[in-house]
Amino acid sequence: MTQEQRIAEICAAHAAQEGPLLPILHDVQAEFGCVDAAAERVIAHELNLSRAEVHGVVSFYHDFTAEPDPRPCIELCRAEACQARGVEALVAAAETAADERVRLKTVYCLGLCSVGPAARLGDTLHARLDQAALIKLVQSA
Amino acid sequence: MTVVRISDDALALACGADAVAQAFEAAGCQVERVSSWGMHWLEPLVDIDGTGFGPVTPADVAAILAGTSDKAIGAIADHPFITRQQRLTFARAGKSQPLSLADYAATGGWTGLTRAFAMAPADVVAEVTRSGLRGRGGAGFPAGIKWETVRKATGDRKYVVCNADEGDSGTFADRMLIEGDPFQLIEGMAIAGHAVGAAQGYIYVRSEYPHAIAKLNAAIALAADRIAPFRIEVRVGAGAYVCGEETSLLNSIEGRRGEVRAKPPLPAIEGLFGCPTVVNNVLTLAAIPHILAEGGASLYDSLGIDRSKGTMPIQLAGNIKHGGLFETAFGITLNELIHEIGGGTASGRPVKAVQVGGPLGAYIHPSQFDLPFDYEAYTGADALIGHGGVVVFDDTADMGALARFAFQFCAAESCGKCTPCRIGSIRGVELIDRIRSGSKPLDPVAALPQMHNARKAPRSRNEELQLLEDLCETMQYGSLCALGGFTPYPVRSALKHWPEDFA
Repeated sequence: MTQEQRIAEICAAHAAQEGPLLPILHDVQAEFGCVDAAAERVIAHELNLSRAEVHGVVSFYHDFTAEPDPRPCIELCRAEACQARGVEALVAAAETAADERVRLKTVYCLGLCSVGPAARLGDTLHARLDQAALIKLVQSA
Repeated sequence: MTVVRISDDALALACGADAVAQAFEAAGCQVERVSSWGMHWLEPLVDIDGTGFGPVTPADVAAILAGTSDKAIGAIADHPFITRQQRLTFARAGKSQPLSLADYAATGGWTGLTRAFAMAPADVVAEVTRSGLRGRGGAGFPAGIKWETVRKATGDRKYVVCNADEGDSGTFADRMLIEGDPFQLIEGMAIAGHAVGAAQGYIYVRSEYPHAIAKLNAAIALAADRIAPFRIEVRVGAGAYVCGEETSLLNSIEGRRGEVRAKPPLPAIEGLFGCPTVVNNVLTLAAIPHILAEGGASLYDSLGIDRSKGTMPIQLAGNIKHGGLFETAFGITLNELIHEIGGGTASGRPVKAVQVGGPLGAYIHPSQFDLPFDYEAYTGADALIGHGGVVVFDDTADMGALARFAFQFCAAESCGKCTPCRIGSIRGVELIDRIRSGSKPLDPVAALPQMHNARKAPRSRNEELQLLEDLCETMQYGSLCALGGFTPYPVRSALKHWPEDFA
């Protein structure tokens, strides 16, 4: 099955939903690691939208990316509550450990604000991180 | 066989609850996964016949079972952190299994729904109005009045939308409620649907909460028959903080950019897909089943102070020794919350500032810690309660850097529709950098003789501060929504109380 056919299939699976664009984009991002221009074209065609409309939505949200990034991704919370618990002092060491191999992404709030600094790798969460624990997490990614 | 109860809340999992559960199973115990008590400094908290142990690691298991563990905290229900609370919305926290319909029914679940379904919609709305419940998302709008507007609005379709886009740093009550007691939210939404004449509900959950999304989907499938003909669908956000604003959230569900809509029209008149729509926060809807139970509205109205009625699930977060969920009637002070209940800072250093109400909330100075937790009292002090998040900072905090962060966050998360927020936030970051580093030298182009209207001398510090005040005023009164409109709160409060951090 080509990418185009598969995306058309994803669109069809959401046809019964009201306002199906975000659920479709989530599925495409999860399956292909990005929503690129080719995918936008297929989705626009299937939903009878203009490509500009679809691109406008894709580019608005942080979760959708135009290019795939195959590296493992660690989401590190750097919002106020984690700042209050000292996350900023860990960032430099984490970046060094991550180097180019791991993507270190800043997020604002994982909802673990009483036990920060907190990070997420895939669907697993990590709390009470100190420098050693964060470096270990980065290396394990 | 020993029954061991351990939470499967995302926060407990982040602290290693799964490994502890496996260790107890390996030791021959029966493990039940329950909701979290909300005592986060003790997670993973182990509950054996009501006696608590925490925070537990797999290495502690043998000692706990032998009765020699030094992690024992006595009876959990008698812990001062719990006994000082008045839990209505979080009454089941720590006690029930989140996806057990039997547990839910045995603890008073569905009584509000059963009673509401037997009542006329107008009477249901009247009870909500009488309870004094106000929106828990931050704005504090009376829930009953919003519902009455939607009930009276004409439309073939109406919707109930639950705002679970809990993006504020320092807040986790929505997440805990969804993960720990999802049926209560579902019941509240079904009651709302009956009251306003809506058949379809949406819960918009942020994508940062994968565990909450999974629990909700499972709970909706289990409860579908119970709430019929009302239907609920979960919609997952995509990492945009601004989608917590109700009109932006509606655009996002419709499959558009999460841009804010100008009001009016109010969502209650023209909301989702142009139809009359109730948009309420998770905590607002979760309070409904209790209010609709027999005598619930009167009890709710009897709690709290002034026009802030009922209870508020307050979230103690940041640099605090005993962080977690503390639900209590309105009126409590920050002194009580931080020093008596929270035990001061986790680092042991003096408290410097507290931010109440998320990234858009004011920084509160210790001299204001006797302020009662109440919507109007906070507004009067140029602060806001918001979603009830309380983030504590110790004396190492740099308030100038935090004020800069407020602008930086606004710039990163602005939807871009209105200029004060989109451009003002960037100018704010630059201004604070200039104030903190000393004014920048005059631009060479500005110094050219033909630039008649350009300044001929760099701005003084006082002029920069005046410019910052002008910028804050423009953002406060000129922005379309609270993101740009409230960003001045943390900035102004930091500058007012800690001017030395801007030198």
